Amino acid sequence: MARIAILNYIRRPSPVHELTGTAKLIFFIAWSVAAMVTFDTRVLVCMLLIGAVIFRISQIRIRDISVVLGLAAVFLLLNNLFIYLFTPEYGVEVYASRDVLFPIVGRYTVTAQQLFYHLNITLKVVCVVPIALLFIACTDPSEFASSLARIGVSYRAGYAVSLALRYIPDVQREYRNISQAQQARGIDLSGKDKLFTRLKNSVAILLPLIMSSINRIEVVSNAMELRGFGKEKKRTWYMQRKLQRNDWLAIGFAIAVLAVGLAVTFSNGSRYYNPFV
Amino acid sequence: MKKLSVKSVVAIGIGAALFFVLGKVAIPSPVPNTNISLQYAVEAVFATLFGPVAGVLIGFIGHTLIDATSYGPWWSWIIASAFVGLVIGLATMKLNVEDGIDSRKLIHFNVAQIIAHVLAWGLVAPVLDILIYAEPVEKLFAQGLMAAVANIITTGVVGTLLLLGYAKTVVKRGSLEKED
Repeated sequence: MARIAILNYIRRPSPVHELTGTAKLIFFIAWSVAAMVTFDTRVLVCMLLIGAVIFRISQIRIRDISVVLGLAAVFLLLNNLFIYLFTPEYGVEVYASRDVLFPIVGRYTVTAQQLFYHLNITLKVVCVVPIALLFIACTDPSEFASSLARIGVSYRAGYAVSLALRYIPDVQREYRNISQAQQARGIDLSGKDKLFTRLKNSVAILLPLIMSSINRIEVVSNAMELRGFGKEKKRTWYMQRKLQRNDWLAIGFAIAVLAVGLAVTFSNGSRYYNPFV
Repeated sequence: MKKLSVKSVVAIGIGAALFFVLGKVAIPSPVPNTNISLQYAVEAVFATLFGPVAGVLIGFIGHTLIDATSYGPWWSWIIASAFVGLVIGLATMKLNVEDGIDSRKLIHFNVAQIIAHVLAWGLVAPVLDILIYAEPVEKLFAQGLMAAVANIITTGVVGTLLLLGYAKTVVKRGSLEKED
């Protein structure tokens, strides 16, 4: 089985890495809320530029994340293609005007409004990408649970996230072992069989995997219970750090971007920035 | 609110790890560029075994991790994933798979999963997509319908087989017989 391309924590000395997980989590949430709400091209372009600057500061290289960027590009391309195939006139509807650039065939024509709509929907995803990638690449997973607890998530849920991060490599290794063992016994998943056979074959891998996971749940929860997990209302975290000046600056900046972004977006009474009217 | 038990916390953590790993391994499907999403079968089984709260959080955490490590999170589909776990978990609360399984329970499980997937991908995901991304309605419902059908088939086949396999390994109450 091919290696699974997964983005990981990359430790490097940089101001972005030094921020506490809490600050980065709040930054990330504010950023994605802003990108979700706005459809204003000006706001989105500004967010993209700021994101690019932060990316430079973080010392993460494009090479580190090229696989992930490739996946994102394919996803965006397909998404745009589907939108166009289903509704080639959607931009006309949104921006309430129609400037035909050139016709293709039948009902498919290229209009300036449709292209502008595609630009916006792409920007909406793209401007979150650098921040999301940085959040994963620059936050120590062990610090993450404490950050969740800090912003008010119940520590039990935070601990569940932390357990998930801890056990992903184990589950992955187990999956690989089981699937290789089953392949050695002649079970094929590669797509040569019929769909139904493939589904049935996947059970041959999943069932042992689930059984061992349920065992693991038993063992881990017993160990945690023995150590008194969940007895108190609060818990302390080994990896928790106090918020420093830079953390407050980052949080303040993110909230400012959110506020200004929303103000600019709704200044003309709708989510869309319409250059055509 | 009742607090999460230690066992549910661990089940959520490991369930989310399973969801993540299965979401990342690609098993090709007949339609190009889509894969068989085995993770929903596992989410359904865990929701049945550990309840609705576990179902919601497994879907939410697992899907967020998948998205965050590929291209920023697509919140509408993440919430739909969580919703699947919620509905299946709620609908199968009184099923008690641990006491053995029969065809009535399997039908119950499958009706629950079909309702969950239809609501999640046919309603929750597209509506949120319209609110958040303002994508055209026709495209979203076509996409949602495809996702619903694919997930119903995988959950129906794989999830059912997994439950059957699980029930076989659990020692049933009263399974010991007195020898003469």
